[in-house]
Amino acid sequence: MIDKNVISQSPTRLQRTADIIFRFICNTSAWLTLLLVVFIIFKIAVTAFPAVKHYGTGFLTGTTWDSQTGEHGILPEIWGTLFTSLLAILAGTIFGVSAAIFLSEGFLGQFIFSILETCKLEIRPLWNKLPERCEDVLKNLIELLAAIPSVVYGLWGLFVVIPLIRPACNWLNMKLGWIPFFSTTLSGPGVLPAVIVLSIMILPTITAISRDALAAVPPKLRMAAYGMGATRWETILAVILPVAARGIVGAVILAFGRALGETMALAMLVGNANRISVSLFSPANTLAALLANNFPEAGPSEVSVLMYAALVLLAITLVVNIIGSLILQKASAGMEGGR
Amino acid sequence: MDIWNPKLKTKPSPEAVLNIFEGVDFSELEKPLLRPRTLMNQLLIALVTVITLAALVPLFSVVVMLLLRGGRNLSLAVFTQLPPSPMEEGGGFGNAILGTLFMVSIGSIISVPIGVLSAVYLAQSRIESRLANAVRFAAKVLTGFPSILAGVFAYGALVLTLGGYSAVAGGVALSILMLPTVILTSEEAIRMVPSKIKEAAIGMGATNTQLIWMVLLPTALPGILTGVMLAIARAAGETAPLLFTALFSNYWLGSAGHIDIMQPTASLAVLIYNFAGMPFENQVNLAWTAALVLVLMVLVTNLIGQFFSSRQIRQ
Amino acid sequence: MKKINKGLIFFVVLAVVCFTVNSVFTRAGAAGFVKLQGAGASFPAPIYLKWFKTYSSSHRDVQIDYQSVGSGSGIKSVIDKTVDFGASDAAMTKEEMAKVDVGVQLLPLTAGSIVLAYNVSGVTDLKLPRTVYEEIFLGKIKKWNDPLLVKANPGVKLPDAPINVIVRADSSGTTYIFTNHLSAISREFAKSPGVNKMPNWPVGTRSKGNEGVTASIKTTPGSIGYVEYGYARSQKLSMALLENKAGKFVAATTASGQAALDSAKLPADLILFVPDPAGKDAYPIVSYTWLICYKKYTDKNKAAVLQDFLKYSLTEGQKDADALGYIPLPKPVVKQVTAAISNIQ
Repeated sequence: MIDKNVISQSPTRLQRTADIIFRFICNTSAWLTLLLVVFIIFKIAVTAFPAVKHYGTGFLTGTTWDSQTGEHGILPEIWGTLFTSLLAILAGTIFGVSAAIFLSEGFLGQFIFSILETCKLEIRPLWNKLPERCEDVLKNLIELLAAIPSVVYGLWGLFVVIPLIRPACNWLNMKLGWIPFFSTTLSGPGVLPAVIVLSIMILPTITAISRDALAAVPPKLRMAAYGMGATRWETILAVILPVAARGIVGAVILAFGRALGETMALAMLVGNANRISVSLFSPANTLAALLANNFPEAGPSEVSVLMYAALVLLAITLVVNIIGSLILQKASAGMEGGR
Repeated sequence: MDIWNPKLKTKPSPEAVLNIFEGVDFSELEKPLLRPRTLMNQLLIALVTVITLAALVPLFSVVVMLLLRGGRNLSLAVFTQLPPSPMEEGGGFGNAILGTLFMVSIGSIISVPIGVLSAVYLAQSRIESRLANAVRFAAKVLTGFPSILAGVFAYGALVLTLGGYSAVAGGVALSILMLPTVILTSEEAIRMVPSKIKEAAIGMGATNTQLIWMVLLPTALPGILTGVMLAIARAAGETAPLLFTALFSNYWLGSAGHIDIMQPTASLAVLIYNFAGMPFENQVNLAWTAALVLVLMVLVTNLIGQFFSSRQIRQ
Repeated sequence: MKKINKGLIFFVVLAVVCFTVNSVFTRAGAAGFVKLQGAGASFPAPIYLKWFKTYSSSHRDVQIDYQSVGSGSGIKSVIDKTVDFGASDAAMTKEEMAKVDVGVQLLPLTAGSIVLAYNVSGVTDLKLPRTVYEEIFLGKIKKWNDPLLVKANPGVKLPDAPINVIVRADSSGTTYIFTNHLSAISREFAKSPGVNKMPNWPVGTRSKGNEGVTASIKTTPGSIGYVEYGYARSQKLSMALLENKAGKFVAATTASGQAALDSAKLPADLILFVPDPAGKDAYPIVSYTWLICYKKYTDKNKAAVLQDFLKYSLTEGQKDADALGYIPLPKPVVKQVTAAISNIQ
């Protein structure tokens, strides 16, 4: 509770010193974060340096990974990382933002309320909290998805998803094989199973943060829109989403980062083939999976090459974030008058 | 007309509701379904509902798989016994549960204060502040950090310097993964506090610290908590960072009756990773049970966090 | 504020409970308590873990712990001195051994075989001649009803379906052993991809870990892949009969494994690979796996416990090998390794 007396009195000596100390602590924390990231990047760069000198930029365009001949190239991995992450973000955003809207608008609660109404139970004390409780359960269920370990997602993908989609995918390949996306058969791990599992892994991040962003929109804006005669959906699309856009885009960027760096589940599901293909059913490889698969057995020279790949991944994350910030700037510039 | 609205915390009394519209003709307010805007409205609501349900299907699939495969072995024994060797009957993963609790706690103790305080700094900073932009950018770069690299980095920084694997190294690796989520979510949460509340407090004479501690943080707490919970959930389930830092242990943490966090430590995530890959049924089954217990633990943590966070009514 | 206070009290209570539970269950004992930490290959992990657990339960003041992180990481840990002992399927190279100032002693404690497991409906007995399985993994033989396969398996109905080869996605000792064998029997394979923990396979979908390959074989019709014997046995996969150097088609059994190990004598440094064993009944793909100990320990108690454990593993421990899918060491080998134990001080 805000103690009005404490705030309205002019600050005592102690409070002023506490204020200075607190500002200092916040400042230090921010510096610590920055220094930590710089230090991590520095250490990785130092380990990667021998490989960078040896391979140069050919590393980025090479397509073979052969420890025997010493030929290393990560173009297939770069492609795989971007391809799987972009597709996962597409699916994750559609499903995640829909779920966030569903949660923040309270559709489930209203639905349950209308059921209670028909049973004439809505006023009874035992039942009248039910809609709210159901909303909470749904919110917690979705956040629960974040708790499931990557390894379990990998196993689920291997034992449930792949056998489930294999017949459908091979049918698509037979009938519509001329479309580049369906041009190979699904023999096991591949892009599609990886994307499916990846989008489910990033869904809770997008939903939880977007829901908070949507819920934080001032009720006055919503009421004003209703008052002017807008339907539910017109309000959502024209008023609420734009205002919450900043939070939603932030959520998507966070999720993109997660998708780029996801290691375990993709190592088990993406097929680890050094191939570049637009087909959804072909196996591919990602930078993080490459690291996970090779690191345990890597000797010192190979560690250097792997760190080079890690640097490339960090660079990709950097670029993605820059693009995301630009999008955000454009979006907020467009609706300055909104608040 | 909706009488129940999640935004309002109060409910009108039944009599008041029934009396208020006596005599009013509602027919003008009702919108026929066939008008395009109403149709679009209902269609989109249906669409969003379908998509959300579709998103829940895989969730249920995974949870059902966990329950079916993991529920079989769930008993008190799994909380109190040590991991079994291949083909050995019984056994449990009590040490792994404790290890996960310890290491996620260490990770949280490091990442939550630094994260929230950095977020406070970022949220209160001016747009042009170079430090703030640099920090925000650094946090965003860290979001894409592969989990295995966090482990590799902690190996170089802590395991080599301290001469051995330890729970502390594992906790530090986890904190690297938790930090970006905590910072970025908390900053958003603090920024979303309505400026009117901020201005009112400043107008009443609050110092910066009072503003932050008594107004901003409590109001932003639900949002910050979302970020912290997401971070904890992820940290609890991560395997790769722990493989090179905390390794694993088939024994309880410590020896001779005291806790030792400077030793290799068991964790649920690594146990699941190890046992799921074994060719022995007893261990594979235990891996599923461990996965179920892990998810339940995170759920409980989530619920506890929600219970303790005070939901402020916007004034 | 009151709620936050309640929260703090809750967490303090939780912490105290955790500490107490842990202390209650932790082994008490001050002096003489020895803890050994090891890390390394995943190939022998099941039998090592069984040994360590059994040994620790019968010796109340000893705790030996092991984690499978891969042969490469195991060797790295030994070089970095972050463990008390390591384990590797590919032994150690001279350069790696030179990096450890106190010297290392490699001891083969067990051995295992690698099988070619397959999933072809209706086919329970499959004979694979040397030339055939080498060409399958080179990508030259692409279909199950290839004339060479049909010729080797008269009376077996082989379908007109593509062979889905499954290989490892991750770097592994198992792959090293398999490629070592393939390079020994095929000059073409030796040139490329060659012997490697992570070769550039010309063909095949990749799965992570022995368990991943097993799962892939199980769920992919028409597939074939290489896995450790224990995995194929536990998942009841069909295993092919391979043609050995003597021309006989042999299945992977304890006897055929031991026949393979018998065919070559271990040198003094106890490092020996048998990529193509000569015995009549020998199974063609077998390998030792080594425990890596330092030659000198600063803590003499650790050295003593290690020596005692090693003796246990070479005598009592060998009885566990068969049940877990490993090959018990032949008697002459046990003698040689036991003699080498005294090199650890």
